[in-house]
Amino acid sequence: MNNKSKKTIKLLSTVALGMFIFSFALVPLYDVFCEVTGLNGKIELKATTEKGLENQDGRDISIQFISHNNEEMPWIFKPSEEKIKIKTGKYHTATFYVRNPTSKGMVAQAIPSVAPSNAASHLKKLECFCFEQQELAPGEEALLPVKLIFDNDLPKSIKNVVLSYTIFDVTNYKDAEMNQHQNSSDYQEDHVMEPSI
Amino acid sequence: MSAVIESHEQDHHHGPRKGITRWLFTTNHKDIGTLYLWLSFAMFLIGGAMALVIRAELFEPGMQIVEPEFYNQMLTLHGLIMVFGAVMPAFVGLANWLVPMQVGAPDMALPRMNNLSFWILPFAFTVLLSTLFMEGGAPNFGWTFYAPLSTTYAPPSVTFFIFSIHILGASSIMGSINVIVTIMNLRAPGMTLMKMPLFVWSWLITAYLLLAVMPVLAGAVTMMLMDIHFGTSFFNAAGGGDPVLFQHIFWFFGHPEVYIMILPAFGITSHIIETFSRKQLFGHSSMVWAMTSIAILSFVVWAHHMFTVGMPLAAELFFMWATMLIAVPTGVKVFNWVATMFKGSISYETPMLFAIAFVVLFTIGGFSGLMLAITPADFQYHDTYFVVAHFHYVLVPGSIFAIMAAVYFWIPKWTGNMYDERLGQLHFWLSFISVNITFFPQHWVGLAGMPRRYPDYALQFADWNMVSTVGAFMFGASQILFLFIVLKTVMGGKKATAEVWESSRGLEWTVESPPPYHTFTTPPKVNQ
Repeated sequence: MNNKSKKTIKLLSTVALGMFIFSFALVPLYDVFCEVTGLNGKIELKATTEKGLENQDGRDISIQFISHNNEEMPWIFKPSEEKIKIKTGKYHTATFYVRNPTSKGMVAQAIPSVAPSNAASHLKKLECFCFEQQELAPGEEALLPVKLIFDNDLPKSIKNVVLSYTIFDVTNYKDAEMNQHQNSSDYQEDHVMEPSI
Repeated sequence: MSAVIESHEQDHHHGPRKGITRWLFTTNHKDIGTLYLWLSFAMFLIGGAMALVIRAELFEPGMQIVEPEFYNQMLTLHGLIMVFGAVMPAFVGLANWLVPMQVGAPDMALPRMNNLSFWILPFAFTVLLSTLFMEGGAPNFGWTFYAPLSTTYAPPSVTFFIFSIHILGASSIMGSINVIVTIMNLRAPGMTLMKMPLFVWSWLITAYLLLAVMPVLAGAVTMMLMDIHFGTSFFNAAGGGDPVLFQHIFWFFGHPEVYIMILPAFGITSHIIETFSRKQLFGHSSMVWAMTSIAILSFVVWAHHMFTVGMPLAAELFFMWATMLIAVPTGVKVFNWVATMFKGSISYETPMLFAIAFVVLFTIGGFSGLMLAITPADFQYHDTYFVVAHFHYVLVPGSIFAIMAAVYFWIPKWTGNMYDERLGQLHFWLSFISVNITFFPQHWVGLAGMPRRYPDYALQFADWNMVSTVGAFMFGASQILFLFIVLKTVMGGKKATAEVWESSRGLEWTVESPPPYHTFTTPPKVNQ
């Protein structure tokens, strides 16, 4: 085999290896892409730090709350109010009722999604039960709060926003690993965009 | 045989080894090509048998023959076997036989790796097919193996499926490296890139596509493996992943894969049409540019498989227009083939019949592809039998007809014997008629709303499904005739000349039929 062939083989093997690495790079790229373009209705899983969102020039919109249980998740999970009328530029607190009907303690994680998706980047949350895992003892119930605001730049065509939460059973889901992720600030930096369902 | 062996500087064995070791240890591109083609044919029959199980179940509405669970396994394995076992190895086999002979090289550039990339395939398919006998059954999530069907809800055998995909990917990557190195470095003096025959060109482009996307497929199945066994959450929303991400990664591989399965067919068709039209191919360089642009565009259209998954309007428009853009270079190719035949002195031997059928039926498949590319229309067509009809039109009378055309075209060269023209014509007409009986009605039931991937269907689809099943069994039976014709040709027949065809062009027709075990040990001169 001559040197020219060896060089070609090296180059081509690098391409193959590079594409394998690229396939894994697609995972963060996908998140970054959604973040930059605001596609997919994903919203931030951390409290907003923006100031000055509040003002008096807001307009009327309505928010509809929807809850889902993933797979076999046995918890009772529903919004306290299904639809509320709010003004943009003003904080509102809504609550979700949750109960663990089973005889064992369980841990849950809620994942939000917004429709229409172009409303997602205008929704800010000061606090949300989805920012952390929720643990309930057997039979325990709770009211989970979410404090949110829509900024005034919300496109005029949007008069009704749907905010949906899906809760996942993460009890057996490598607790240590999850907690580690949840607590590290890196995790929140890297995963600004969380998945929609 | 030994009479035609030329002496060789470094090579001290003259001609092939005896017995089974010839095939196990061979580094000869012709032997390996033959192995690939036979493996592909075996897989074609196995995958075909699975298709017939599917069609038999769909002969009448209601559940008659198999359990829904087994139906899903047949559906999944049929797709995987046909894509990775039948079409891809057949093209690699043709590349092994033809690329070195068409560029005037003595062999593939990396003969030992060539042996390896073939011989890991039987293991991969044994692993894949063995899942049928495992507890929980074979993979049942469709050939696209969307997460979470293939992760959270998968049968335990999914790990074996992942392993076999890894082996298949490794084989394809080695094969494509081999093809590229051969083409880039071993061309005969005087053969510039633009003078290369179109089959070689089509394979050069295909090999680059393989090299770019097979590692992505490997990445996708590795992520699945980690999700299933190592507690990661690439595709699990509960842990911060996203199942939609799987579909993006899969189709980033999957769409170029579609062109991997059709580009070599374009090359084959070009050779056959120019030969039997007794004219030089119209627009050689435009063919090259068309294939290159199709290959490049194939990387930016993947989400047209996912219009209904949920995407912003801007993305849907982009993927719609990018997809429709592919019709332009494809149209150039069809135009060139027709222009080659225009005022040609055409004769209709079996390879030409298959090639013309390829052009006509592939174009039908292309048109239904354009219909599917229209986003709003796709919401209607998505996951119906219209899609099934579309991709079977581009794959069966597309890729598979081109492979059969290639076998009829080059088998006199490979074996030194002419095939039986009468039987060849019979095989063509049986295949041509039955393939249309099978797949054309699927357009109609699809447009009427019959969903794909179910073992049962509503009563109003009964008549056309029955027709489709009859066609499928006819098509299956015709391929037994094909096997018979190939075996008959291998055993004997009218002796073929070196040129074989009246107007054959290219270096492979300058060596005798069958070619000596080692061809072009001294490079030929190319001065066209």
